[in-house]
Amino acid sequence: MSESTNLKSTPLTDWHKQHGGKMVPFAGFEMPVQYEGVLAEHACVREKVGLFDITHMGEIFVSGPGAEAWIDGLVTNRVTGIPTGKIVYNAMCREDGGVLDDMLVYRLGEIEWLIVCNASNHAKISGWLEKNLPADGVDLDDRSDKTALIAVQGPDSRELLCRLEALADKVPDVESLKFYTALTLEGPAGRWIVSRTGYTGEHGYELYVPNEDAVAIWEELLVRGEDLGVAPIGLAARDTLRFEVCYCLYGHELEEDISPLEAGIGWAVKLKKENFVGREALVRQKADGVPRRIVCLEITGRGIARQGARVLREGRDVGLVTSGTFSPSLKKPLAMALVDSAISEGDLAVDIRGRQIECRIISFPFMSARTKGDPRSERTLP
Amino acid sequence: MVPDDRKYTQEHEWILIEDGVGTIGVTDFAAGELGDVVFVELPETGSEFNQGDTVGTIESVKAVADMFLPVSGEIVEVNEAVADTPELVNSDPMEEGWLFKVKLSDASELDQLMDAAAYGELLGG
Repeated sequence: MSESTNLKSTPLTDWHKQHGGKMVPFAGFEMPVQYEGVLAEHACVREKVGLFDITHMGEIFVSGPGAEAWIDGLVTNRVTGIPTGKIVYNAMCREDGGVLDDMLVYRLGEIEWLIVCNASNHAKISGWLEKNLPADGVDLDDRSDKTALIAVQGPDSRELLCRLEALADKVPDVESLKFYTALTLEGPAGRWIVSRTGYTGEHGYELYVPNEDAVAIWEELLVRGEDLGVAPIGLAARDTLRFEVCYCLYGHELEEDISPLEAGIGWAVKLKKENFVGREALVRQKADGVPRRIVCLEITGRGIARQGARVLREGRDVGLVTSGTFSPSLKKPLAMALVDSAISEGDLAVDIRGRQIECRIISFPFMSARTKGDPRSERTLP
Repeated sequence: MVPDDRKYTQEHEWILIEDGVGTIGVTDFAAGELGDVVFVELPETGSEFNQGDTVGTIESVKAVADMFLPVSGEIVEVNEAVADTPELVNSDPMEEGWLFKVKLSDASELDQLMDAAAYGELLGG
């Protein structure tokens, strides 16, 4: 167990262990993969509300008069000119268009910004930012070790969040907080950022708070949300939830050798922007035709296709599964795969442990998100 | 804790012998470690295997586990209920969630398996 001694903890690690969290190493942290069970936790977020400790994410604050233009030159989406409180989803690319990471960029003030990156890419992104830092006009402040991140996700998340004592005089603001916007307030130990974002496809929020405030918030949410059926949710359900609504996960749909156009996040790539790292390569790729694309597969034969499974069309390799599992909501095996753009119809199969199992391409995404509008709206199903 | 009417394997399977036929399933411990089982691939009845052969798979949302044959023999029955309702492996792994039955070709192989006390020790008492 010498490995676990090197793992980072979060302010909630002890809580997870004391409350049946099954702990696993994840991106250098010891994190809860499940509590009650992935199916129950998944359903809890789809139908009610769940809490996630996602403190492992990286939070890098950027400030200075040069911050706006500098960040814009490093990310694929447009962040210049956005109002304070606005959040933009981005990829950060290499010169060749490969994705270093996907991330949220927050405008917190006129010259203050926040970049939230994946834990698994935190060191890489820190290094990339340092390397590209101009001589003056931009300051970096990596507060990841001091910042806890709690996600409150599910159709009852707004109701639950508004019961927090610390938000008592902010209720109207929280209630009217729009998707991909954030507000800030002074909490007991320092500034809180309340963000209407998430990774589940449900109405939800993410709270960036000082480490010192994390346990009190977590416990207060569980107590005040008891009648709503709130429960802690592990990383396993976080994965199945994002999978069903086809949100990309770095290391799966996104990689350094996958372009954002291939990964299906072209909507977050503004090729009309004057310049950003990777732009030339992506403009060229778009003109030449994107060679691969992410498709949704339904496994119609018997089996579950996992990451790395080969996708075959009439016996020939046409791509690989990037994510695959049994969908708890749709109750069937589904997969996302990166395949040759040319393929559309035809007899498709996935290789599951040496056997070719039938599958077919279905429309993207598997399930529509309910992040905007009525949190309990009817879903569009394929 | 560990029922003493059957034998156990290092792979956390159990085998219960009745009239030369062994009923095989996974233990409570294995079911807990796997998490929610969502798919079970069972062997075909009539097929013959050697001790230790992989004869099927159990998949949870996150993981895939192989099903090993604890003793050589012929598969004489599979639990269709488990194929249709994989969650039986979680809810009742030691009884209703049995996986398949094998007609033993060499009963002496049973001697290599653990009894309840030994398996209990493997689990840490």
